Amino acid sequence: MSIEFVGLREINGPLIVLDGVRGAGYGELVKIKVGGSERLGKIITIDGERVVVQVFEGTAGISLENTGTVLTGSPMEISLGKSMLGRVFDGVGRPIDGYGEIYPEKKLDIDGLAINPVARDYPHDYIGTGISSIDGLATLIKGQKLPIFSGAGMPHNELAVQIARQANITNGDYCIVFAAMGVKNDVADYFRRSFEETGALSRTVMFLNLASDPITERITTPRCALTTAEFLAFEKGMDVLVIMTDMTAYAEALREVSSAMGEIPGRKGYPGYLYSDLASLYERAGKIKGMPGSVTQIPILTMPNDDITHPVPDLTGYITEGQIVLDRSLHGAGVYPPVSVLMSLSRLMKDGIGEEYTRDDHKALSNQLYASYAKAQEARSLASVVGEEDLSDEDKQYLSFAKLFEKRFIAQQRAESRSMDETLDLGWEILRTLPRNLLDRIDDETLDKYYKE
Amino acid sequence: MTEEMKIQGINGPVVTLPGKTGLSMSETVYVGHKRLIGEVIAITDEKTTVQVYESTTMLKPGEPVFGTGYPMRCMLAPGLLSGIYDGIGRPLDKIEEQSGAFIGSGADIPTVDCEKKWNITVKVKVGDAVKAGTVYAVCPETQSIEHRMIVPVSVSGTVVRVADDGEHTVLDELIAVKTEKGEVSLNSVTYQPIREPRAVSERMLSNEPLITGQRIIDTMFPIAKGGAAAIPGGFGTGKTMLQHQFAKWSDADIIVYIGCGERGNEMTQVLTEFSELIDPKTGRSMLERTVLIANTSNMPVAAREASIYTGVTIAEYYRDMGYDVAVMADSTSRWAEALREISGRLEEMPAEEGFPAYLPSRLSAFYERAGYIRTLSGDMASVTIIGAVSPQGNDFSEPVTQNTKRFIRCFWALDKSLAYARHYPSVNWINSYSEYQNDLFYWFDNNVAPDFSALRIRLGAILQEEDRLMEIVKLIGGDLLANDQKLTLEIAKCIRVGFLQQNAFVPADAYVTIKKQYLMMKAIIGTYDRAAGLTKEQIPVSVIAKTGVFERLTKLKFELTSDDEAQANKITDEISGALDALEASYSGEDK
Repeated sequence: MSIEFVGLREINGPLIVLDGVRGAGYGELVKIKVGGSERLGKIITIDGERVVVQVFEGTAGISLENTGTVLTGSPMEISLGKSMLGRVFDGVGRPIDGYGEIYPEKKLDIDGLAINPVARDYPHDYIGTGISSIDGLATLIKGQKLPIFSGAGMPHNELAVQIARQANITNGDYCIVFAAMGVKNDVADYFRRSFEETGALSRTVMFLNLASDPITERITTPRCALTTAEFLAFEKGMDVLVIMTDMTAYAEALREVSSAMGEIPGRKGYPGYLYSDLASLYERAGKIKGMPGSVTQIPILTMPNDDITHPVPDLTGYITEGQIVLDRSLHGAGVYPPVSVLMSLSRLMKDGIGEEYTRDDHKALSNQLYASYAKAQEARSLASVVGEEDLSDEDKQYLSFAKLFEKRFIAQQRAESRSMDETLDLGWEILRTLPRNLLDRIDDETLDKYYKE
Repeated sequence: MTEEMKIQGINGPVVTLPGKTGLSMSETVYVGHKRLIGEVIAITDEKTTVQVYESTTMLKPGEPVFGTGYPMRCMLAPGLLSGIYDGIGRPLDKIEEQSGAFIGSGADIPTVDCEKKWNITVKVKVGDAVKAGTVYAVCPETQSIEHRMIVPVSVSGTVVRVADDGEHTVLDELIAVKTEKGEVSLNSVTYQPIREPRAVSERMLSNEPLITGQRIIDTMFPIAKGGAAAIPGGFGTGKTMLQHQFAKWSDADIIVYIGCGERGNEMTQVLTEFSELIDPKTGRSMLERTVLIANTSNMPVAAREASIYTGVTIAEYYRDMGYDVAVMADSTSRWAEALREISGRLEEMPAEEGFPAYLPSRLSAFYERAGYIRTLSGDMASVTIIGAVSPQGNDFSEPVTQNTKRFIRCFWALDKSLAYARHYPSVNWINSYSEYQNDLFYWFDNNVAPDFSALRIRLGAILQEEDRLMEIVKLIGGDLLANDQKLTLEIAKCIRVGFLQQNAFVPADAYVTIKKQYLMMKAIIGTYDRAAGLTKEQIPVSVIAKTGVFERLTKLKFELTSDDEAQANKITDEISGALDALEASYSGEDK
């Protein structure tokens, strides 16, 4: 038996305010009956008997009199089961593919709980993506959170699909959880078709909150997706790859709700807790000691005006374990994937490469490629002032190195999957165009072994 | 006991209680049926505001709140070392035992194990007069750290009872003291309010550096024991890596590492890596001298605010036993954001960028807890604080960086462009500074070599000169520079690549003794002087470069395998030999 509270005190954007509510819990899920239909909401502030509720499907059609509100007695939960694989859900975890409810094995709070740092298993195993610029220079590690920083019009979706398709996770039990937040229908459809074409759809769980869907559901979408991912990883022992796009749209939804609540804004109008909020998503990646599965995250975000100092990419970069940055000028030059090598980084790479994991020369090679490419960029900026003709011979060598590096190493076909050995050998092939004395990041032993050939 | 208190309002981690409550500021309270731990942060005659250190999900108005009568405090006793705690000092390994891999709420576990027996030696006899600072008992906490139990500030009198030496838990009475206010029983546990600095006898000026084994720090921008430093840097510039290097290699006796709002995997890494690493000073596991505070970014935000106080309180506790303690706080910006978040929930008037107006005073109060001091027991000891700062958008003019800058004396600015070029540590040598430098030159000149500071000043001058010349090179290219200027560029490159760059993953280079740093510096400056002589004789720098001496300097960090002066001299002799030969061949050609 639950009590229905009739009427509202106030409606403001996605928020409604009720009076005279007793026994409401902070963060509790409520059902709001409007006419014949029912919407969901979450309690976000309590002051005595006055309660502020965030309504998921939006407040259109709600008036101060026509609604009844019922407390559910639990926080926002999602039904979970292995039968979710191959299914499509909305932002609050309801099936929208017309195949009916799933068979629930368990219900969990979508906010999840923090993984105890003591219980974490430090990630070591690399995931080969078949993409040289990632495998060679910003290696993805199982259990890592590695976002793609992109901008409107750049091929971040293609890249994410290629990673998902080519990801070589040695353990066979591999699945994808896909969360779309505020993306266009075309984008969601592109992902669905791509997964279908590669036969991955049956191993994929999709949560869709499209650009036209309510923004309050945008806030729950990644939480539903990550709760599912944690369930599949830590209860079912699967290696889960979570792709979340677009984090910028998510942050904007957060800002919209925050502003409706009259909160004091931080930078660019985003709420002061944006960092903590993003962390509560990104930190839900990793491995746990004694449990077989893993959660690896590839969040995608579009940088407004390609500005990496914008609060969303900035705070994301502080939380995630590196970033893959796409570069518009490379994209313009027809290089796919247009990975800006110098700005990209994988923090976990150092512990997942080398003799034990990939190859003994990997560390030295990647260091040298970075350093030489950085040199080449200096030479480029000098050339733009004095002209290529007047550069020193050394600088000219760097320039041709950079051209080759971009054309051969970074660029590859959309369906091309290079093995780790192929990528590393390619790296050496390109380094060999530089004289040996310019390779100051590699020790002589490694050079003797790989440079001569 | 006042009448039962009940929750009225809940907004994230902030809970309000109606009416007058009788609670006092900073008092620890238990909130709700789950007894979540909280702290009183504001009181008016209409309501009392509490920040809760755990998730408030499903907390309901009307649930009870219990006062404790004491302020937010930390339990201090033997057994802290090599442990990992959350922001309010609860042991995370015990929490794991209790609630599994995911952190639940409402765990009320004492910071140290109260069952474990310690081999305690009582140092006072019945009839002895004791006062604040008297060491009344000791026990070996680890092989190298002796834990000293010290009479707290409030107690002085005559010992009336002592326990036998031998196995005791931390709760067993060790001595009883008759004071003016009656008898006081002392065991091994001290409770210290975390927001209150522990008492010292006097603060002193420190003339001794904290040697970190990192060349750009020790030689270029050294920090004194008891100093305060900040490492600002955008994401990916290597703040955490540098903090890890300090925690591993600095010559402090004890390290307190505070992971404040940072990544969970990083704390796991510290935990596993440190337990495998061997401390060169003691030959024991590095973890044995380390205390970890982990309040990762997804753990409750209020506890993040408390975490740096918990950390520095533990540091002061060991300082008072006479140890040099270094605190790494990573990152103070997350702490400032926690302040901002709580302040926003309290609807306080914001100052810059939404941060509360009390941000500068809180920052200064934190950094002032660093210091080189004489303890109440009369020993010299120190707490050094190294705080990482994560400036938003890599913009050093933002409030946290700017306000921090005013309260620290060592500024190690990390540079994104250096990090992009994989130049690590990416400390920018133009923007960084150390105000301790002049205080410490005397120590370096006396303890390392008499010409240490002279060489260091020249090293800095060459880098400054390079910075100036590069402005010209960017405009017209390097070919038009004068011969001696080209030499400056070559030597500066040797300094940058060969000296300032340091590879944390190569064992021989991860830690470098101050003596070896000196020898490297001397070899570089020596070569510079010798080569400068050649340029005066119109020998082009490109010809000098062909002898390979500059490459040799660049690889000196690997070639010089120890801080053995003879080996260094041999290398420098070979270098000057090569240059002598060049000079001879040139003068031969001329004639």
